[in-house]
Amino acid sequence: MFDWPLLQQNAPLLLDALWVTLQVSIAALAIGFVIGIVVGSLRLSPVPLLRRLGGAYIFVFRGIPLLVQLLFIYYFLPRIGLPNVSPTMAAIIGLSLAAGAYIAEIMRGGFLAIPGGQLEAAGLLGLSTSQMLLRIRVPQAVRLTLPALVNEMILLIKASSLVSVVGLADLTRTAQNLAASDYMFIQDYLMLAGFYCLINVPLAYCGSLLERRLKEQTA
Amino acid sequence: MNSLLIPSGAVSASTREKQGESMKISATAPGEQPTILTLSKVGKSFGPLRVLKGIDLEVQRSEVVCLIGPSGSGKSTLLRSMAFLEEYDEGEIRIEGQLLGWQNTDKGRRRAPQSQINQVRRNIGMVFQQFNLWPHMTAIGNVCEALRRVRRLSADEANKRGMAMLEKVGLAHKANAYPAQLSGGQQQRVAIARALAMEPHIMLFDEPTSALDPELVGEVLQVMKTLAKEGMTMVVVTHEMGFAAQVADSVIFLDQGEVVARGTPQQIFHNAEQPRLQQFLQNYLDRNAFWQDSKPPTPNL
Repeated sequence: MFDWPLLQQNAPLLLDALWVTLQVSIAALAIGFVIGIVVGSLRLSPVPLLRRLGGAYIFVFRGIPLLVQLLFIYYFLPRIGLPNVSPTMAAIIGLSLAAGAYIAEIMRGGFLAIPGGQLEAAGLLGLSTSQMLLRIRVPQAVRLTLPALVNEMILLIKASSLVSVVGLADLTRTAQNLAASDYMFIQDYLMLAGFYCLINVPLAYCGSLLERRLKEQTA
Repeated sequence: MNSLLIPSGAVSASTREKQGESMKISATAPGEQPTILTLSKVGKSFGPLRVLKGIDLEVQRSEVVCLIGPSGSGKSTLLRSMAFLEEYDEGEIRIEGQLLGWQNTDKGRRRAPQSQINQVRRNIGMVFQQFNLWPHMTAIGNVCEALRRVRRLSADEANKRGMAMLEKVGLAHKANAYPAQLSGGQQQRVAIARALAMEPHIMLFDEPTSALDPELVGEVLQVMKTLAKEGMTMVVVTHEMGFAAQVADSVIFLDQGEVVARGTPQQIFHNAEQPRLQQFLQNYLDRNAFWQDSKPPTPNL
């Protein structure tokens, strides 16, 4: 059933593609995290307009399937006069925007769990709103929501398989190409599945390690 | 009545006043007014409920004022208004002459810009019932944060001053502990150090010992007594009548949003005239008396 020489021949190709998937995912996570913090705090702003703006963002980017968002960014935006984006850029933009919406909701929960008195104390000591956000609220919200954030990272890495629709040679697209040429579907797709686990299992493990360390410190 | 409230041998208010007097002279630089905090006709409503009904109050430099009263009397709201954590909606609060929180314009008054509010209250330090330390930072981290980010001190300078403050509250050896690793009393002392590090001209205490186990109350009160002796101007909302009796220069009794009585500890605790104050003190005594015939139990060692 398994063709070992072929497997050995295909593995390096998938390894290169793994690198593409990782790059796109990490970039999207970083940008999505920043979007998440901004939109998450907008959702809790005392200004109604800002709250609604944050809500609208989440409505759009959580409401539309990622696949559709990617197609939209890659095929439609250039039609209305925006510059062409490369497949890599389109993939990163699409994934960031969607991840931002989910992370915003996670962060909002984390922000809400921080006792208001801590911010009163910070405000009285003269810390600015942005200092409070970056020094007091975000570090604690991340600790409080770490399991949900790691979960979101894993989901995002898996969702990155969708970027193959914009022609980026990520893991999934490469495996599809290989299978299309050698007809060893089961073998190629098993290997593909294995590569995703190769990222996500250690990621989940690191997440729980980190969680335990932070818990020892603060509880 | 109520002579139980001042233990024999306690520092009498008049003694402290004398100390305060000498501190006052040295603490008042040219141009600084002796009055540090002025409230005139301060009122505050939550919806239809008027929780503060026109409070007048003056706090002089180096004075210790204790606010007492039943829960719901408005004493915490009053204290929080002094830091503009509550937006009082009538009257004026002035800190060293500057109007706190509001701006008078031709069209009436508006909330002042945040930067101006921060400017006016930069000389206020506050200590909360729930400590409000930042749990993800160590004790020294909590104390140094504002020194670094607000006062822009270098890491070394901030650390030096921070350690001096922890030393002052007796917790230099716990500098690297996280709040969760400290007892309630230690956490509150770190919170006091954090406020002191900014060199405030006045310290506000909002029931600083109410969230503590009874055996941890003493260490926090001790720190506050030391501060008072050093001439710090303090406004303290407290249920610790013993502390008020020993340390306060004046005690203010609030009930239902009004000042019912004010005076020296002697006047308030020993010569209470107002029925509401008498009743409040009697309740306090009944609640706290666990021995018979006003005679404290002698431990059997």
